[in-house]
Amino acid sequence: MITLLLIFFPLLAGLLLLFVKGPQVKNIALGAAILEFVIAIFALSQFHRDATTQFEWNSAWIQSMGISFHVGIDGISMLLVLLTTFLVPVIILTSFKTDYKNPSAFYALIMFMQMALVGVFVSLDGFLFYVFWELALIPIYFICLLWGGEDRARITFKFFVYTLAGSLFMLGGLIYLYLHTSGTHSFNITALYAAGQSLDLVHQGYVFWAMFIAFAIKMPVFPFHTWQPDTYTTAPTQGTMLLSGIMLKMGTFGVIRWLLPLAPLGVEHYANVVIGLSVFGIVYASCIAIVQKDFKRLIAYSSIAHVGLIAAGILSMNAQGVQGAMIQMLSHGVNVVGLFFIVDLIQKRTNTREIQSLGGIRNVNPQFAVLFLIVLLGSVALPLTNGFIGEFLLLNGLFQHNAWMAAFAGLSVILGAVYMLRSYQSIMLGETNAATASFAPLETTEKAVLIIICSAIIVFGVFPKPLTDICSPAVDQLVNNVKMALGK
Amino acid sequence: MIKLVWLVPLLPLIGFIIIGLFGKKLSKGIVGIIGSGAVLGAFAIALGIFFELKGSVQKEHTIDLFNWISAGKLSIPFSFLIDPLSSLFLLIITGIGFLIHVYSTGYMSHDEGFFRFFAYLNLFIFFMLLLVLGSNYLIMFVGWEGVGLCSYLLIGFWFKNTAYNNAAKKAFIMNRVGDLGFLLGIILIFVTFGSIGYHDVFEQAKNMASGNATLTAIALLLFVGAMGKSAQLPLYTWLPDAMAGPTPVSALIHAATMVTAGIYMIARSNILYTLSPDAMNVVAIIGVCTALFAATIGLAQNDIKKVLAYSTVSQLGYMFLALGVGAYTGAVFHVMTHAFFKALLFLGAGSVIHAMSGEQDIRKMGGLKKYISTTHITFLLGTLAIAGCFPFSGFFSKDEILAHAWEHNKLLWFLGILGAAMTTFYMFRLYFLTFHGKFRGTHEQEHHLHESPKSMTIPLIVLAILSVVGGLIGIPEALHGTHYLEEFLSPVFESSSFRLVHHLSHETEYLLMGMATLVMIVAIYFAHSIYVKKNTVPAAEGEELQPLHKLVYNKYWIDELYESLITKPLNLISEAFYKLVDNQIVDGIVNGVGSLITWLSSVLRLAQTGNIGFYVFVMVISIVLILFTQLF
Repeated sequence: MITLLLIFFPLLAGLLLLFVKGPQVKNIALGAAILEFVIAIFALSQFHRDATTQFEWNSAWIQSMGISFHVGIDGISMLLVLLTTFLVPVIILTSFKTDYKNPSAFYALIMFMQMALVGVFVSLDGFLFYVFWELALIPIYFICLLWGGEDRARITFKFFVYTLAGSLFMLGGLIYLYLHTSGTHSFNITALYAAGQSLDLVHQGYVFWAMFIAFAIKMPVFPFHTWQPDTYTTAPTQGTMLLSGIMLKMGTFGVIRWLLPLAPLGVEHYANVVIGLSVFGIVYASCIAIVQKDFKRLIAYSSIAHVGLIAAGILSMNAQGVQGAMIQMLSHGVNVVGLFFIVDLIQKRTNTREIQSLGGIRNVNPQFAVLFLIVLLGSVALPLTNGFIGEFLLLNGLFQHNAWMAAFAGLSVILGAVYMLRSYQSIMLGETNAATASFAPLETTEKAVLIIICSAIIVFGVFPKPLTDICSPAVDQLVNNVKMALGK
Repeated sequence: MIKLVWLVPLLPLIGFIIIGLFGKKLSKGIVGIIGSGAVLGAFAIALGIFFELKGSVQKEHTIDLFNWISAGKLSIPFSFLIDPLSSLFLLIITGIGFLIHVYSTGYMSHDEGFFRFFAYLNLFIFFMLLLVLGSNYLIMFVGWEGVGLCSYLLIGFWFKNTAYNNAAKKAFIMNRVGDLGFLLGIILIFVTFGSIGYHDVFEQAKNMASGNATLTAIALLLFVGAMGKSAQLPLYTWLPDAMAGPTPVSALIHAATMVTAGIYMIARSNILYTLSPDAMNVVAIIGVCTALFAATIGLAQNDIKKVLAYSTVSQLGYMFLALGVGAYTGAVFHVMTHAFFKALLFLGAGSVIHAMSGEQDIRKMGGLKKYISTTHITFLLGTLAIAGCFPFSGFFSKDEILAHAWEHNKLLWFLGILGAAMTTFYMFRLYFLTFHGKFRGTHEQEHHLHESPKSMTIPLIVLAILSVVGGLIGIPEALHGTHYLEEFLSPVFESSSFRLVHHLSHETEYLLMGMATLVMIVAIYFAHSIYVKKNTVPAAEGEELQPLHKLVYNKYWIDELYESLITKPLNLISEAFYKLVDNQIVDGIVNGVGSLITWLSSVLRLAQTGNIGFYVFVMVISIVLILFTQLF
């Protein structure tokens, strides 16, 4: 029941918001999002820390095709549901000082988006997963198209077509597996797992590529990433946050839940190719980030670097790699939202995002400087921030797969410091200039958002156990199952 | 007391939080008291721990705090290890740290960032304590990167100055190069031993064969980390630049404590190194090369802090030489004595700069001994200590290192003594140019000359006493003394002891000591005749120098070399990635696919003519074709 509530409450809230007029729409949206978070916390309090799938709901949907409305939450889903329900209210709060045209539609779309995201993370039926996967694209498409910046029509269209094309591959893969399920065909996840694992290497290879391309585009992993910088830069701040903070995790989650166990032989066989692409992408995107002039675009590229490491860690297929990926998904979600919010704050006050035309903000607003620094440290994975835990585990997992690749990927440790410190210095340090001299103090809601994010960065850097404990039994089981399927 | 060890880092952390959050509203006096008090409290507990440990039979105590990270079979507790090595470092960090806090209340009293300074300083002490207290490599790494952050913040303390900010950024990034090596080393340790706890790792390593390739790889990776943090070739150039920070920072972080973290790391991992002779040789060679290389640069610098900075790089090189020849105790001994005299020299330099109204160029000083006598005397004592004059502290620690070097390889000893001669020369050059001769500054500066306040001179006096007598805890057997330090540290280096047997006869040791002393006297004589008798003042800026002098004066153009070998190519590659590969090729292909589909559609669209006759025609043809294929 609670899983259904988590999916459909945002839908109801979104529908309600469509009929609200006036300024209170923000507050209602925030209230609804917080309520959804409370529901998630309640679910967490009832959640047993083991590898089972809990709060399951299974009802027939399209019986003739073996499709059912089958949802449930295991440790892996739980963490991502927590991430989604935590970030959505934060994202709504970041918009409090922005006045969008037609706010009821804007916030309703965010809530619809949340429904689809939660749906993706709890689906236990291949077809249902696909439906939610595609549903998530619609609200974000409109958010970017209607409230985006310059050249949004062309960029959003490209983003839409690119990801949609990827999804079609996935649909093909799912149908192919469906046709190989034994007995009466079914989209049930266990049936699909069994079907996938019964295939030989060649056919698992087909499945692998069909699914991987969809996920790779979503994350995105090099070389499927070129829609991302433009889209992130053009989308309205909240759209960028939804894309990078949560939607990106659909891709990495997809690899964990819908790729590793579906085509273990394929994964093993092509792991080096895919990890090679990811690892190259890490260094490649980090380098590109160094020469960016627009701070928002810089963060977009840094996100490609971070997600590349997550992908590489998952495909290493060991406990450290997958566990690291889980933690890093959360950390990256929190940190990237923080960074994009900082961009937004600066842009609103100075009317520019050009790194070189800023400077000296620290003189005017030392408090903002400290908060920015904490988010930055999380992003460059300093120990005792949330970013470190994930990065350490991911590099550890990758190292066990291939030490040289880990060393190469590790270059991001250095390059990340280069582009982040360079930006921080240009934006915050030195003398003020015309653009920054009258940098306005932080508003209460702005301060609240940054403090929430900074607290999360430090608290989960020092005490990550409560989070890892939620997912580690499920991760261990998944890794073991995959290893068993490989006969190890 | 040992059970209370968690209080040691906690006190400075609390100090940091209080000062960081409320410092702006507190008076400077209170901030100074909280900041210094937190470190004094930590020092008191560290003393208690030291004596308890000294008196007890059990020399290793692990104190678990909480479970930090776990994933699969990897489990990393947040726990502390108290043993002789860590307890000694606790004393050095909190003891010197306290003195420097006190000094800073005077030195920074006119700075508007006073509270920020103390907050950073407390945070630094916290991370430095974590670094030495951790019972596994990852906690060490936490402290390791944490002190790097504090170093970054303090080098760029005056954040309006672009040059300082660049120095801070350089320090952080260059350290990260080393940190990557360290991190990979930790991961390799986990992969090899299934644990990263010191105890588990060393117990297993003991039984491995000497020269094992994995052990060598681990040792070298860890050493890469040490190169960064302890400013060894080729990752040393950040340290001289780090002098941009306030002088107490140079004393505490960039001389006495943080930069010795690399020595701590290797001393801690001694068994891993003892079993990898190749790695040991690398450490010794890098160490001695750094010691010499930095010393030559030190000969020609004119900024009082830059001379001390290169001297620090050089002295750190000696410590690595010691580690590389297996003189683990000697290295730790030199860490300690160096902490005393180098902190003293830096703080003395700070007092000079304070008196000179901010001037750092020794060409514009001279004759200061009659104006600032306390600073002068303490500085002279520090100079004698670093020169290795008997019976100052530097004599004993340097003697121990050189004796081991002699035993290991005569060439290493020779290079070591050559470096020592240069050290003595440039330190006395610095001393004579600053305190002797005629005053060469402006009248305004002369008018302002004054001794520093008590809060600054008392730490100088305490450190001077330590620099003089600090060596007495390690008197070699040849001089009929007791090496208390060696006894105290012996449990830590026990498993490496099979390589550490001392073979030198007393006669050889006397000879070595005599040589060292002779070399020192000659170096002082030369410095004296050039800078006092002949009153030579180094060439002013812009004057043409001899080629060799020019090379050294410009620090071998290493910074410029790195700029053109690394920074510029990196930017070029990045630009090429962005403008060519990303925008043209990868995105070009994506857009190409899009255009291709659009074109194909436009071609197919032509079939949609709207002419019913054409459709019927196509239909008939199709039916015929289907029938045809079905029939045959």
